[in-house]
Amino acid sequence: MADKVLMKGNEAIAEAALIAGCRHYFGYPITPQTEVAAYMAKRMPKIGGTFLQAESEIAAINMVYGVASAGYRVMTSSSSPGISLKGEGLSYLAGADLPALVVNVQRGGPGLGGIQPSQSDYFQATRGGGHGDYHMIVLAPASVQEMAELTVKGFELADKYRMTSMILADGTMGQMMEPVALDLDVQPAPEKPWATTGTKMAREHNIINSLSLVPEELEKFNFDRYERYKKVEENETRWEEYMMDDAEICIAAFGIAARVSKNAINQARKEGIKVGMIRPITLWPFPKAPFLASTAHVKQYISVELSMGQMIEDVRLATECKAPCTLVNRAGGMIPSPEQVLEAIRKANQNGGNN
Amino acid sequence: MVVFDKPHALIDVPLHYCPGCTHGIIHRLVAEVIDELGIEGRTIGIAPVGCSVMAYNYFNCDMIEAAHGRAPAVATGVKRADPENHVVFTYQGDGDLASIGMAETVHAAARNENITIIFINNAIYGMTGGQMAPTSLPGQVTQTSPYGRDPKVCGYPIKVCEMLSELEGPEYLERVTVNNVKNVKNAKRAIKKAFQNQIDGKGFSLVEVLSACPTNWGMTPEKALQWIDDKMIPYYPLGVYKDRSAEKEDK
Repeated sequence: MADKVLMKGNEAIAEAALIAGCRHYFGYPITPQTEVAAYMAKRMPKIGGTFLQAESEIAAINMVYGVASAGYRVMTSSSSPGISLKGEGLSYLAGADLPALVVNVQRGGPGLGGIQPSQSDYFQATRGGGHGDYHMIVLAPASVQEMAELTVKGFELADKYRMTSMILADGTMGQMMEPVALDLDVQPAPEKPWATTGTKMAREHNIINSLSLVPEELEKFNFDRYERYKKVEENETRWEEYMMDDAEICIAAFGIAARVSKNAINQARKEGIKVGMIRPITLWPFPKAPFLASTAHVKQYISVELSMGQMIEDVRLATECKAPCTLVNRAGGMIPSPEQVLEAIRKANQNGGNN
Repeated sequence: MVVFDKPHALIDVPLHYCPGCTHGIIHRLVAEVIDELGIEGRTIGIAPVGCSVMAYNYFNCDMIEAAHGRAPAVATGVKRADPENHVVFTYQGDGDLASIGMAETVHAAARNENITIIFINNAIYGMTGGQMAPTSLPGQVTQTSPYGRDPKVCGYPIKVCEMLSELEGPEYLERVTVNNVKNVKNAKRAIKKAFQNQIDGKGFSLVEVLSACPTNWGMTPEKALQWIDDKMIPYYPLGVYKDRSAEKEDK
């Protein structure tokens, strides 16, 4: 076990990206993720990498598109309003089957919103964010350690499946400091024979492209892409179960909401309430299987979110509405308290699990 | 014996451009330059959105299709991925470069990004069927300016070379055209210089090429070439707008 260092979540993402072999970062300042850019600005020139502050989020994601086309590990980071601007590029990355890592340290919205933590970009992230049929692999860290580990994993999965990985964190995760071990295992980037690095006059030219005007062809590209997505669902779905073995009440929560919920669950267990939690680590693919399996003993689900209730729809879909699911939420940059969650657990328990 | 042949950097397929369109000439000039400089194997071209969107099917080097207007940002990424080896050019029309992609253009120039931009100015949106472009002339009739472009309503055309020349960043800016043999030869010289500058590490080089669009101008190919002389060149004078290395030599 390596020594641990005390780091901000945003810094852990940046350092983990360097460990993963990322040498190209493009960004644009926006709170609460600017530490990622600041860290990269300091480190990249020292290790022969590229840090470039782009003129806009749109330019930044297109610079990412360029480096990804050339086959190198590359990333950008932003926060909610900036991710909306990147939406165009996210769609093009998907259409051209390019691997990249995009970090969203969410803040409250819509519009300019606020700068306090939020999870209200869940729909945007899990449904793609830009136009067209596509998905990103969406990773939701719940600790600074996971910020680092999932960053590395994000690069690896992006390369493996030729798609964008998104770290969906929030302002709390980005700003909080925790000890983190940086002895991370890294799979090096695979060969990328499709990359545009120059033909060296030794092969046919490679083309990176998302245009196909023949509908039969475009349809086939979409079907092929979704075959790949199926493999991602089969192989890469991640979640954590907490005290689920005998649970009759199940909390669904990710990121900071899961940490708050854990406190509430610990207290409720002391009161003898059979409550547990399924914490999705991949938001897409969503861990449908453990939710469906849990319906064998769970009578009541509670989705705890920093939004007006977005993941709750996936919980209801995954559980096939076999048990009711209620929402415990705060929005606009507010965070649910353990007491608020505990109160909801007690209420569910009083109703015999039927809220 | 000199045999007139297709440049290696241009793939031997029919181009989709309309009769009388000068994209074909400009494609050929770019390809000839790539051949002459011996850089095909390390060149990566960026196609725009617009009439030349399918340029990736025509150039034999590696090609990337960018989102509308974003080619300079994509080029920035490709270039910085391997600055020693990659030779990167974008090929963009006026809507792509001077309207939706203006920010990307200006900032790539301001950074003196070491890339080459071939900017096709035909004063119209061709691909979508002839709408008003940022470079459409005052009074010019298009589908979206059916009574002629009225500067009081939609402002004045943007003179890209003049505008960029005010920046400290760019290395080389020149406006050329291809409406006669003399001008074609001159355009090739400029395009070659724009690539050579990149190879020499000098930085951002943009060649604006006044180009004909007979289809959407509603003219015969011959009249369209004449229109460049009569209408476009007076508004968009040909010439060098910035050549930093030459300026240094002068001093």
